[in-house]
Amino acid sequence: MFITCYNDTLFPATGKAVVRVLERLGHTVEFPAGQTCCGQMHWNTGYQAEALPLLTRFVEQFRGAEAVVVPSSSCVAMMRDHYPKMAEEIGDVKLKAEVAELLPKVFEFSEFLTKRLGLEDVGAYYPHRVTYHASCHGLRNLGLGDGPQRLLRAVRGIDLVEIAGLEQCCGFGGTFAVKNAEVSSAMLAEKTNAILNTKAEACTACDNSCLMHIHGALHRQRTGIQTVHLAEILAGE
Amino acid sequence: MATSSRDVVLGRIRAALGAATDASAASAGWSAIRRGYQRTATRDREGVLELLVDRLLDYDANVVRVGRHEVQESVSRMLTARGVRRLVVPAGMIPENLPGGFEFVADEGFSAAELDAFDGVVTESTLAIAETGTVVLQHAPGQGRRAVSLVPDYHLCLVSAGRVVETVSEAMDRLHATADLATTFFSGPSATADIEMTRIKGVHGPRFLDVILIDED
Amino acid sequence: MSGTALDPRTAPTFPMAAKTMMGDTQLRKNVRHATDVIQAKRARVVDEMPDWQELRESGKQIRQHTMEHLDFYLEEFESNCTKAGGVVHWAKDAEEARRIIVALVKAAGATEVIKIKSMTTEEIQLNSALEAAGIHPYETDLAELIIQLGHDQPSHIVVPALHKNRQQIREIFQREMNLPELGETPQDLADAARQFLREKFLRVTTGVSGANFLIAETGGVCIVESEGNGRMCLTLPETLITVAGIDKVVPRFEDLEVLLQLLPRSATGERMNPYNSIWTGVNPPDGPREFHVVLMDNARTEILGDAEGRQTLNCIRCGACQNACPVYRQTGGHAYGSVYAGPIGAILTPQLQEMHHAQSLPYASSLCGACYEVCPVKINIPEVLIHLRNKVVKQNGMLNAEALAMRAMGMIFRSESRFRAAQRMGRMAEAPLVRKDGRGEGWIGWLPGLLGGWTQVRDLQAMPEETFREWWEKRESKEVASGN
Repeated sequence: MFITCYNDTLFPATGKAVVRVLERLGHTVEFPAGQTCCGQMHWNTGYQAEALPLLTRFVEQFRGAEAVVVPSSSCVAMMRDHYPKMAEEIGDVKLKAEVAELLPKVFEFSEFLTKRLGLEDVGAYYPHRVTYHASCHGLRNLGLGDGPQRLLRAVRGIDLVEIAGLEQCCGFGGTFAVKNAEVSSAMLAEKTNAILNTKAEACTACDNSCLMHIHGALHRQRTGIQTVHLAEILAGE
Repeated sequence: MATSSRDVVLGRIRAALGAATDASAASAGWSAIRRGYQRTATRDREGVLELLVDRLLDYDANVVRVGRHEVQESVSRMLTARGVRRLVVPAGMIPENLPGGFEFVADEGFSAAELDAFDGVVTESTLAIAETGTVVLQHAPGQGRRAVSLVPDYHLCLVSAGRVVETVSEAMDRLHATADLATTFFSGPSATADIEMTRIKGVHGPRFLDVILIDED
Repeated sequence: MSGTALDPRTAPTFPMAAKTMMGDTQLRKNVRHATDVIQAKRARVVDEMPDWQELRESGKQIRQHTMEHLDFYLEEFESNCTKAGGVVHWAKDAEEARRIIVALVKAAGATEVIKIKSMTTEEIQLNSALEAAGIHPYETDLAELIIQLGHDQPSHIVVPALHKNRQQIREIFQREMNLPELGETPQDLADAARQFLREKFLRVTTGVSGANFLIAETGGVCIVESEGNGRMCLTLPETLITVAGIDKVVPRFEDLEVLLQLLPRSATGERMNPYNSIWTGVNPPDGPREFHVVLMDNARTEILGDAEGRQTLNCIRCGACQNACPVYRQTGGHAYGSVYAGPIGAILTPQLQEMHHAQSLPYASSLCGACYEVCPVKINIPEVLIHLRNKVVKQNGMLNAEALAMRAMGMIFRSESRFRAAQRMGRMAEAPLVRKDGRGEGWIGWLPGLLGGWTQVRDLQAMPEETFREWWEKRESKEVASGN
């Protein structure tokens, strides 16, 4: 498992849930201790030079893995969309070959379940009203489609409600949320309104970065609505 | 001698591309362009004609289908219904299609103001595209100068069923031989959605459009 | 918005301009409405095309191929247009393009011109150059007329006045056309425009246009439009002057079969726009007796020379990315400080203008990718945005607060022990800011400095007591201890 830097630091519950689901399904989880960050923040903000060594590090940590499961759609999008180009930039032929070999084995968590394992029902129980937020990178870059919703529909006890404007960005966008705080807030307001309209108790997604942003506003407004990573719902028993 | 802007711009392009290109390289590259889209018709003739009627109606044109021998009568009915009497026609119109009881004036290079004084215009057409509800006019006999089918407020256009194609690709293929003629595609009467994205028909071009689709016997 | 031209050299930064625009409730309502309607229309006519993705791919390849052989196709266009009686001029930049056009209008002896909507003429601020030379330009596209009479600026490349609603337009027309009794239905307003412009069409003898496509193979020019004002300007004047960026050329007539399907469906959600005009040189007695084309570079060759930015030139100006963009939806077009707003503007403007005047634009995106998804020629706008962000970072050097912080983060991520230390330090550093909420969870409601943007409207949950890796290591050691 590549947990990613922010999940490791801020959302350990998500990592624990991934471990729980995968072990329940009979898989062995390994956690290479030297892993840190995929480099997305640096790359997307324009600090290319800072991102490049993180590619090398990722390859060193995960070479030889049967599959790399990542509970963050934007980090997987970063790797899939930009690692080949970054390897090109570094100009190391061996590294390029390793990236080409490793990338097809990298999966976003829900994608690993639906596409690699071909599962929908992972034996979860979660008796709450939930709405699903489609993170842009999962939706567009990874093409997750309705995979996450299919996993959710198979959860016992869940009351899954669809949100209006499912394909609309929540306004997080990494450093965008800080650099363009006003616009980001306005986008967020549309998203939280849509969430409130679903009357859900919790909003879920395949990406804690969107959820951190959404939860921040839901908490500020004292709505009482929680956010929860998809893995944590699928870990429910 | 000062370098011309032409040479400067072309020089910049070649510098940006790393080299100058020639006809054979361009031609080879062009031929390699992937064209996996639908280029030919997928419907039978009747299906194509029905689609054209449907798409024209969808964009606010008025359409009727008639047999070859009913054209004159149909034109007469249309013009009467519109309450128009004095119409400009381009040179080379099929005379049998024009009924009595109206004043048809052949275009002699009228000024815009003179054209503006007519009640309407009757033309034939080069072809029509069913998929998009489009009729194409060229500077050819029966279709005339662009201004003739533009300035009058009413346009009655005759379209022969044999000239109806289904796809845009088929249309461009047919038009290729006469691509240098001044060409106008129209899809419905003039329109705008500039105010609150509300489609309003009729701005500067003819506000009223009738199409007579003439079936082959 | 005042009548001051949108000029990236003097415009405020995007976040500042956005803040102002977002204070305008009416504007935001108008933009939301317009983009919702147009997106729904587009989706409907795109969905009825089973070969849409194939069309996009062909569109992309045609445009890419054109750029790779741009010198050849421009010369071919020039040669064929000239043979057909047109006169081709070349302009290195906006200044030269303006000079050529003003001279041509003067040579035609005109003091007035009728204009078709053209973002290229907006880009070079042609109207003020004409006015300075004593020539009055009449905008004839309804939206451009609204902009001109309202002393406003375009906010969208296809629907330039989408930020105005019917009441606002009525007010402008009542005042500027002297029609106190004017109604407020869109039909009333369109009729007023017809009346107002009809006389100009019949009287003014010089037309100025942009171009959608220049066809190299035939020397022809293609313009698509809705209202018929384009046909008027192309057909009735004695002299026609077309100004086009050098990127507007397409190789062959046949290529239009792709572009004429992609453009209208993407731009206005129509299967075909009401009118397309294609003409080649001069065609007496049909149309103008004199026809000039000004081929303008104005920094396009610089974009061509940048391998990663080059795809920007593939743009066919449909505006679909603007309609799909969640940022544009909030701010409208003026915040971008350029006639090219929205996602395409965020990549085009910084490349057309000197970069340091438009530094904030590459960051005016959450990289959500909606623009790329709808682009009819598959321009990967997020990719170009990131490329331009790199340029901004390089330009700014490494001595500012953001760069130093980024560098420090980079250092941390390059070492496991530093990463662990940073996780511990983070918990300590945030401690003074954390407050418990009703559920007993720790939250931060205020952050200092650069991060303050976050806590304007959002709280930040405090870091958990234990990171994932700490939990994992405890679990592993327990398993080892229990002999597993």
